[in-house]
Amino acid sequence: MTEVQDRAPSPVQGRAPRPANKTKETSWGAPLIWGIIGLVIVGGIWLGWSPLKQGSSPILYDNAKNPGWISRMLFQPTTLGQKLLVMVVAIALFLAIMGLILWLIDRPKIPTGVVLAGFLGPVVIFLSIGLLWSGIKTVIQSFQKFDDAGAANGFVGLDNYAKVFTGQNTQVLINSVLWIFLVPLFAVAFGLLYAVLVDRTRFEAVAKSLIFLPTAISMVASGIIWRYVYLAPAPSGKDQIGLANALVHLVGGTPQNWITKAPLGTFALIIVMVWIQTGFAMTVLSAALKAVPDDIIEAARIDGATGPRLFFSVMLPSIRPTVVVVLTTVAIASLKTFDIVNVMGGNLPKNNILANAFYNALVVRQNGLAGAFAVVIFIIVTPVIIFNVRQMKKAEENR
Amino acid sequence: MTAVVAPVPAPELQLSARKLKAQQRASDAKTKLSSPWASGLAILIAILWTVPTFGLLINSTRSDPAPQQSGFWNFWNGSTSFTLGNYGTAWSGNGGTPLYDFIINSVVITLPAVFIPITLALLAAYAFAWIPFRGKNILFIAVFVMQVVPIQVALLPLLTVYVKVGLTNSFWSIWLSHTIFGLPLAIFLLHNFMKEIPPSLIEAARVDGAGHVKIFLKVLLPLLVPAIASFAIFQFLWVWNDLLVALTFSGENTAPITQGIQGLTTQFGSGGSTILPPAAILAMLVPLAVFLSLQRFFVRGLLAGSVKG
Amino acid sequence: MPMIRHRRALALVGAAATAALVLSACGSSTTPPAASNTPAPSTAAPTSDSSSSASPSSSESSTSETSGSETSSSETSSSETSGSEPSSSKPSGSESGSSSGAAPVESDDATWCDTAKSFGDIKGKSVSVYSSIVGAEQTGLQKSWADFTDCTGATVAYTGDKNFEKQVVQKAQAGNPSDIAFVPQPGLLASLVATGKVVAPPSQVVDNVTKYWDAGWKVNGSVKDTFYAAPLGANIKSLVWYSPKMFAAKGYTVPTTWDDMVALSDKIAADADGVKPWCAGVESGNATGWTATDWLEEVVLRNNGPDVYDQWVKHDVKFADPMIADSLAKVGAIWKNEKYVNAGIGDVSSIATTNFADAGFPIQSQQCYMMQQASFYASNWKDNPDISENGDIYAFYLPTMSDKFGTPVEVGGEFTAAFASRPEVQAFQYYLSTAHWANNQSKAIASRVSANKGLDVANVQGAINKLSVSILQDPAAVSRFDASDLMPAAVGSGAEWQALTAWLTGTEDADTLAAIDGAWPTS
Repeated sequence: MTEVQDRAPSPVQGRAPRPANKTKETSWGAPLIWGIIGLVIVGGIWLGWSPLKQGSSPILYDNAKNPGWISRMLFQPTTLGQKLLVMVVAIALFLAIMGLILWLIDRPKIPTGVVLAGFLGPVVIFLSIGLLWSGIKTVIQSFQKFDDAGAANGFVGLDNYAKVFTGQNTQVLINSVLWIFLVPLFAVAFGLLYAVLVDRTRFEAVAKSLIFLPTAISMVASGIIWRYVYLAPAPSGKDQIGLANALVHLVGGTPQNWITKAPLGTFALIIVMVWIQTGFAMTVLSAALKAVPDDIIEAARIDGATGPRLFFSVMLPSIRPTVVVVLTTVAIASLKTFDIVNVMGGNLPKNNILANAFYNALVVRQNGLAGAFAVVIFIIVTPVIIFNVRQMKKAEENR
Repeated sequence: MTAVVAPVPAPELQLSARKLKAQQRASDAKTKLSSPWASGLAILIAILWTVPTFGLLINSTRSDPAPQQSGFWNFWNGSTSFTLGNYGTAWSGNGGTPLYDFIINSVVITLPAVFIPITLALLAAYAFAWIPFRGKNILFIAVFVMQVVPIQVALLPLLTVYVKVGLTNSFWSIWLSHTIFGLPLAIFLLHNFMKEIPPSLIEAARVDGAGHVKIFLKVLLPLLVPAIASFAIFQFLWVWNDLLVALTFSGENTAPITQGIQGLTTQFGSGGSTILPPAAILAMLVPLAVFLSLQRFFVRGLLAGSVKG
Repeated sequence: MPMIRHRRALALVGAAATAALVLSACGSSTTPPAASNTPAPSTAAPTSDSSSSASPSSSESSTSETSGSETSSSETSSSETSGSEPSSSKPSGSESGSSSGAAPVESDDATWCDTAKSFGDIKGKSVSVYSSIVGAEQTGLQKSWADFTDCTGATVAYTGDKNFEKQVVQKAQAGNPSDIAFVPQPGLLASLVATGKVVAPPSQVVDNVTKYWDAGWKVNGSVKDTFYAAPLGANIKSLVWYSPKMFAAKGYTVPTTWDDMVALSDKIAADADGVKPWCAGVESGNATGWTATDWLEEVVLRNNGPDVYDQWVKHDVKFADPMIADSLAKVGAIWKNEKYVNAGIGDVSSIATTNFADAGFPIQSQQCYMMQQASFYASNWKDNPDISENGDIYAFYLPTMSDKFGTPVEVGGEFTAAFASRPEVQAFQYYLSTAHWANNQSKAIASRVSANKGLDVANVQGAINKLSVSILQDPAAVSRFDASDLMPAAVGSGAEWQALTAWLTGTEDADTLAAIDGAWPTS
C-alpha cells in the first residue's frame, strides 16, 4: 500500500482530499513554499558552517550592547516572573505561528504540496539542521584537527580514529562492550524473572512500581543514591559507611574501594545502569508475557510441562521478539548514556565508556576526537538501525 | 524505538479478549506465588531495588555529620537526630545558588520542551499517516533512523548555530534542542497511534468536505489524547532528567536541577553530605509524582514500543 | 562573607556547564585550583575561591541551618585576624624568609594619577570590565578602583559572571567583547588571542610589568612571544599545611630541604602512635586529579629546574622523558608510599576518592601531620582554627630539592586582557598594573593578593596571604605558572588529571606518562 502511494505522481491516486484540477491551478505555490523551507535550512547550515571567528554580532541578542529590557527579558530572564513570562511567551508565540500556518493552509484551493509544507515543514527544518546536518558536520570534524581554541585546523585523516583505538582508549572500548552486553543481559534477566514472579499476584501493581521507580529518576540523582552504596572503606577501626562495604564486612570480606579498582569499578557502574533499566525491561516483558495466548500454554500444560520448563520451552520462545527489542533498546541506551560514568566514575580512565570519552574530549575542545567517538558510537548502533528498519518494513507490509 | 517489532498489544486489549481464561490463570498464579521460594525471590529483588533510594531518603533526614560518619542503617541513633533542616539548607542553597532556582529553571525548560515537539510531531505524524506524497517512505525511514542517532553528534554544530544567532545560554537554545532531539521518537510514536485509527473515520470526514486541517483538529486530535499523554510523559521525564543538553546549552540563569546537583557533587567534600541527599530527593519528587500519577499512560507509551535510547 | 561562598558555589555549579560549553570553540579550561572542573572560578581568585570553598562551609552548614551567613563570615574572619601578627610575614623555615621585611619596590603612589591622565581627557568615558569574580570580591574590586574615577573622571562598568570562561571566548568570537577581561589562565588567554580580538597593551603597562613583576609573569601574559596581558591577582601553590601545635608537641621542626622533609616523614612514620605523616585527596568531581598535577609540577620545578619546566610545558620535553619520570617517581616516593599516607583513611588509592576539600581535616583531628595544597586552602579549615605561625594551622614553603634553581614557586593568578585601545581603556589597564592599585586591592579584599613587587605586606590581610606575598616577592623566587593551566586543555584539564588519578590507584609510572603524552593534541 505504501508502495503505491510512493509512486503516486499526484494526490489524485491517493486519498487526496481535493480534485486534481484545482491542484494544477496553483501549482507554483508548493514549489515556492518548499523553496523557502529549503532556503531556511541552507541558512541554518550556513550559520553553523562559517567559522565562528569571523562572526559579527549575534543576530538576535547581544548582551554586550546593553539591549532593551524586552530583549533582555526574552533572552536572559533572571527573576522568577521573567522566566515564567518568557516561558508563556514562547508557548504563545509557537501556538500563534502554528495557528497561523494551519489557518493559511486550511482553505479550499490550497494544493497538497502547500498543505504538506504546513504539516511537515517545521519538522523538516528542525531535523535537517539539528540532526542530519549536525551529524554530517560531526563526521567531517572527526577527520579534522583542532587548535587549543577549538577551531578547526586542517584535516588529519584517520588520526582521531587511531586515538580512539589505541592507548588508554582501548580500555574505553572494552568497557563499552561490557556495558553493551552486560546491562541488557542482566536488565532483561531480572526484569523477566520479576515479571514472572509477580505476574497476576495481588500486589502486582505496587511491586512493579517499586522496580520501575529508578527509571523515572535522573541518572544524576541515581549517582547520588549509589554514591552511598559504593563509599570507600572507612578508616581502619571505624564502622563502614558505604552499604556495599558494610555488607562485605558483615560476611567477613575485605572492604573495597569499589570505584577505583579495575574492573570492579566498571561492574559497579554497570550495576547502577541495570538498576535503572530493569524497570523498563520488566514492564515491556510483563506485557508480552500476558499476551502469550492461553491455548498455547494450555496445550503445553496438557503435555505435562510445568514451572521452569513451561517457561523456557513455551513462554520464552513466544515472547522472543519482545526480548530482542528490549535487549537492543537497553543496549543502545547503555551505549549512549554518559551521566552515570560522569558523575560516579571518579574521572578514572579505567571506568570510562565511549559516551563519556566523547564528553571529556568535547570539554577540552578536542572536537575532532569527540567527533570520532560519536561516529564510533553511531557505527556500533548502525546494525541495530538496519535491523529495526527491516522490522518496520515488515510490519508495514503486514498492516 | 523499534516499537513495531514488539508484538505487544496493550494489556487492556488482551484482557478483554481473554476474560474467560483470565480467572483460570489467576488461580494458577496464586499457586505459583504460594511457593515460598518464588515470593521470597520477588521480595528480595524488590528490596534490592528499593534499598539504595531508601538509604538516600534516610540520609537526607540525618543531622550533620551523620551521613559521612555512619551508614544510613544506623538511622537516627546515638548522636544523630532526625531533621528536616537539611531540606531547608538545600532549598536555600547553603550560600550557593538556591535549589529552587534550579527547579524553576527545570520547570521553565520542561513545559515548552514537551509542548512544542508534541505539537510539531502531531502535525508531521498526520502528514506521514494520512497525506499521500512522493518520497514519503524514504522520509519516514529517515525520521525513524534519527531516533537512534546519538545526540552527541549534534551538540557541537548546534552550539555554533546558537552562538551565531545569539541564543546561547538562553532558554531558547535548550527548548530548540530538546525539540529537535525529541521529534523523531515523537513522530514515530504518534504516527503509530494515528495509523491505528480506522481509515473509515477519516474517509467519512472527507466526504463531508473537511480538509486536512479540519480532519486533524476535529477528528484525529480528540482520539489521540491518550497517545499524546503517553509521549508527553516520556518527553517530560527525558527533559527533566537530562544532563547532557543542559550542560551543553544552559547558561548562568538557565541551569536545570540535574546540573545543579552535578555541580554540588563537584563542589562539596564530605561537607556536602547533608546537602546532596535532600537535593537529590527534591530533584526526584517532580518526576516521581508525574510518573506515579500518570503511570498508566507511561506504561502504555512503553508498550507502543518505544523508549528513548 | 557569605557572598564569597555564594560565588564559589555558583561558580562550581556553573563549572560543569562551563566545561561543557567550552566545547564549541570557546576557550578555556584548566586546573581549577579550587576544584571545580572548571578552572575558571578557581584560578580566577585563588584565595577567594578557597574562601568560598566548599567543605568548610558545608561542614558548618548543619550548625548554621538558621544562619548560614554567620558561620561563613566567621570562617573568613579567621584568616583576617590571624594575619595581624607582625612577624607573620616571615615564612617560617622557608628559604624565602630572607625576603621578609624587604622594602617593596618603589611606590608609584605619587605618579600613577598623572600617568593615567596622560592617556588623554577621558572624563565621563566608561570602561567595561568582564570577569569571573563575583560576590564579595566583586564588591571589593569595585571599591578598589574608586580613586581611578576620582583621578580621571572615567567610570568602570564591572560585570561578574560565573560562566565567564564559557562566555568570554564566545563574546570575543561573536565580535562583542567587553573592553577588558580578567583572564584566569594563560591557556584561556591564548584562546582569546586566537580570536584576533585581543589588543596589545600600551607601553606604560609593559614598563610596569617589567618593573614590578618577576620576569616569569610577563611570559605567562604573553602568547607566542607577544605580550598581551598584565598580571592581576596571584596565589601560590607551593605550600605545605601543618599544625604548629602538633609539631611543637612532638618536637618536630619545619623542614627546609626536600631531604629534611622526607627524613621528617620517615621519623613520623616510624613513630609508634601510627599517625601518618601525610594526608591527601584529589577527588573533585569530574575535575578529579588536579591536585596531583600540582604535586608533579612542584617536583619538576624543583628537581629539573625552570628551564626544563618551560620545555615540558611546551612538550619539548615529553612526559615520558627520564627527567619527568624521575620527578614522578619522587612524587610517588611520598604520595604513593603506604607508610606515609593516608591519614588512616585508607591505602594510597583512598587519595583518589578523598575530596581535596576534606583532605586537610585529618590534621585537625591529629591523624596526620602535613598536606600539600595551595594558599587558598586557608578558608577550608573546619571550626575556625587559629591560622598562624604558632597556632593550630599554618603552612610552610614546600622545600627546595637543591640550591641550583633558587626558590621555585608555583603560582596561579589572572591576567588583564584588553579588547579595545581607546584612551580610557588603556588608562585603566595601566592603572591596574600599578603598585598603587595592587595595594588598594589587598586593602579592599581580604582574600586577594598580587605578585606585584610594589605590594606592601603591611596592606595584606591574613597570615597566609602575608606568607604568600613574602614568598612571591622573594628576590630568589623563581615563579612558574601552574603547568596544567599552560598546557593544552586536552592534557592540562583532561588526560593529566585522569592519568594521575589512575596512577594513584595503581597504574605504573611509565604507563601513566605514556598515556598523558598520547593525549597531547597534534597541531
